[in-house]
Amino acid sequence: MTVDVDVVVIGAGPAGMSCSRVLAQHNVNVVVLDEQNAPGGQIYKNIEGVTEKRPADLDFLGKSYAEGIEIANRFRAEDIDYRPGSSVWQISSSVVGKRRELIYSAGGKSHKLMAKYIVLATGAIERPIPVPGWTLPGVMTAGALQSLLKTSAVYPTGKLVIAGSGPLTLQLISQLMDANIEIAAFVDTTPAGSLFRAVFHLPRALLAPEYLKRGWHLVRKLKKSGIKMYSVASNLEIFGDQKATGLSFTSRGSRYGIEADVIALHEGVIPNTQTGRLLNIEHQWDNSQNAFRPVLDGSGETSVAGVFAAGDNAGILGAKSAVLSGEIAGYAIVEKLGFIKESARDLIIEEAKLRRFIENGVRPMLEALYPAPDWIASADNETIICRCEEVLAGDLRKIVADGCAGPNQAKAFLRCGMGTCQGRMCASTVTEIIAKELKRPANMVGSYNIRPPIKPISLGELASLNEG
Amino acid sequence: MFNRLPNIIRKPIIFYFDNEPIEALEGDTIASALLSAGVVEFRKSALSHNKRGPYCLMGTCFECLLEVDGVTQQQTCLIEVKNNMRVCREETKRLITNDG
Ligand SMILES: Cc1cc2nc3c(=O)[nH]c(=O)nc-3n(C[C@H](O)[C@H](O)[C@H](O)COP(=O)(O)OP(=O)(O)OC[C@H]3O[C@@H](n4cnc5c(N)ncnc54)[C@H](O)[C@@H]3O)c2cc1C
Ligand code: FES
Repeated sequence: MTVDVDVVVIGAGPAGMSCSRVLAQHNVNVVVLDEQNAPGGQIYKNIEGVTEKRPADLDFLGKSYAEGIEIANRFRAEDIDYRPGSSVWQISSSVVGKRRELIYSAGGKSHKLMAKYIVLATGAIERPIPVPGWTLPGVMTAGALQSLLKTSAVYPTGKLVIAGSGPLTLQLISQLMDANIEIAAFVDTTPAGSLFRAVFHLPRALLAPEYLKRGWHLVRKLKKSGIKMYSVASNLEIFGDQKATGLSFTSRGSRYGIEADVIALHEGVIPNTQTGRLLNIEHQWDNSQNAFRPVLDGSGETSVAGVFAAGDNAGILGAKSAVLSGEIAGYAIVEKLGFIKESARDLIIEEAKLRRFIENGVRPMLEALYPAPDWIASADNETIICRCEEVLAGDLRKIVADGCAGPNQAKAFLRCGMGTCQGRMCASTVTEIIAKELKRPANMVGSYNIRPPIKPISLGELASLNEG
Repeated sequence: MFNRLPNIIRKPIIFYFDNEPIEALEGDTIASALLSAGVVEFRKSALSHNKRGPYCLMGTCFECLLEVDGVTQQQTCLIEVKNNMRVCREETKRLITNDG
């Protein structure tokens, strides 16, 4: 059965929640789809469950997490058709009668919607980190450990090593410390000289001083914690046979080897561009974040008319900005549907943009403090870059030397990007390696074309869709 | 490798993993329930058959795929565990895709 709606918002994180709230407040018929079981997105994952059932855990999860309940409550307060547990796997690139078809899977069945407007609020993913041994059980991301704490109050036991760089690693360490969970070591891969480069961005960062205060507090807390720390770490290698048992790395000129039961990697987050790629919207490479992001107009509309992007999938700006970007896209659509006047929209959007500019004050400083890793394009030849099809960095370099011109040819030759994850875990690495080998800008190299279904769908489910 | 913080409020439930009963708490995802029960390898890689386990716990890596109540290739980090659910490992199959 196909159902007509005005707007479909994909994602119920801060961006999707605020966008759909604005739409519902103006009586727009909106459906919100999210593959998680509850609203919150990545940052506020399970915020309702924790607030209601385990409020004591808010102490260690922290204030910036606890704040999320207010956003979730405001979202719940509106009459919104919110469908959790719904994975969007197809969005049609053609428009029929001003509407675009979208298909999602929920509870083993697929459903179709026809929408006038679509808002991609799919958030960020953690940057894939191709180091030797990263496919071993026991190796996870920092976000994964956070997710366990948030959804289930489950924590790693044994020797836990956190290896990486960025605000999320500091936040995780702080949460683990407050929950009295032991951390064996922090292998900090932040390059030398970051602090010096960051100082130049201090004036703008002072626009949003609470971030600076929070960051400073985290760094001091870590220094006083007594956790074993290795700084300016590089050349990580994880070892183990059936599962990870340790890692080695270089820190300030010496090579170290340490034991570990659980290893949490993290090198920042990048936009989740999967749904945008499905629609073939225009993307551009962001040199400071080393990742693709969609090209947008002032209100968040993509190169495909009627399709908007808001939140971290449109470029990494964090949760507060995601709320504002969601509102901006919401008001733009409300105006397009004729519920408010252009002049009213412009006033509201300009104000939201100003607030977003202030919120983003800290971004240039964060990017200087925790620059995107510069070594991914130099990943060792023997390292797996595509986890699903077990393609090595060396395999890719070899076909590039033989004339392979880009990610889509690489996919045809090597099957990288054709496994179950459909390139989510290798696309950024493949672009970076090809760009380096061909000495060509990443923007020209491009990324994989993405085809439906973007989630594994059984043949039975496909058949049931046609039955209606 | 994983344990639970003291938590008394959530209701205990039972589900089955490869036919073995496992205790979980209401609100757990299948993946978090398995991890806290000591299961870290969920599947084998498609080519070399090396062991794999959850990596991202947010729906991007697809390393947590298991069969759930007869439906194959389910992302268990996104699905809430339910009483009497039947979860099992599956032979990893290569995805059949329409491009190439
Ligand atoms: C693992 C992780 C942990 C993070 N933790 C923090 C943190 O603790 N503090 C912090 O400041 N920032 C954190 N961030 C940064 C984070 O990106 C932003 O703070 C914020 O969550 C962005 O909000 P958003 O609404 O843009 O996206 P998100 O909050 O990521 O929400 C996007 C939603 O879209 C859904 N979705 C994606 N694709 C589909 C699809 N195909 N079908 C259906 N639903 C889909 C997802 O399930 C998700 O709920 C984290 C990022 C990641 C990746
Ligand atoms: S653990 Fe990555 S998709 Fe489930």
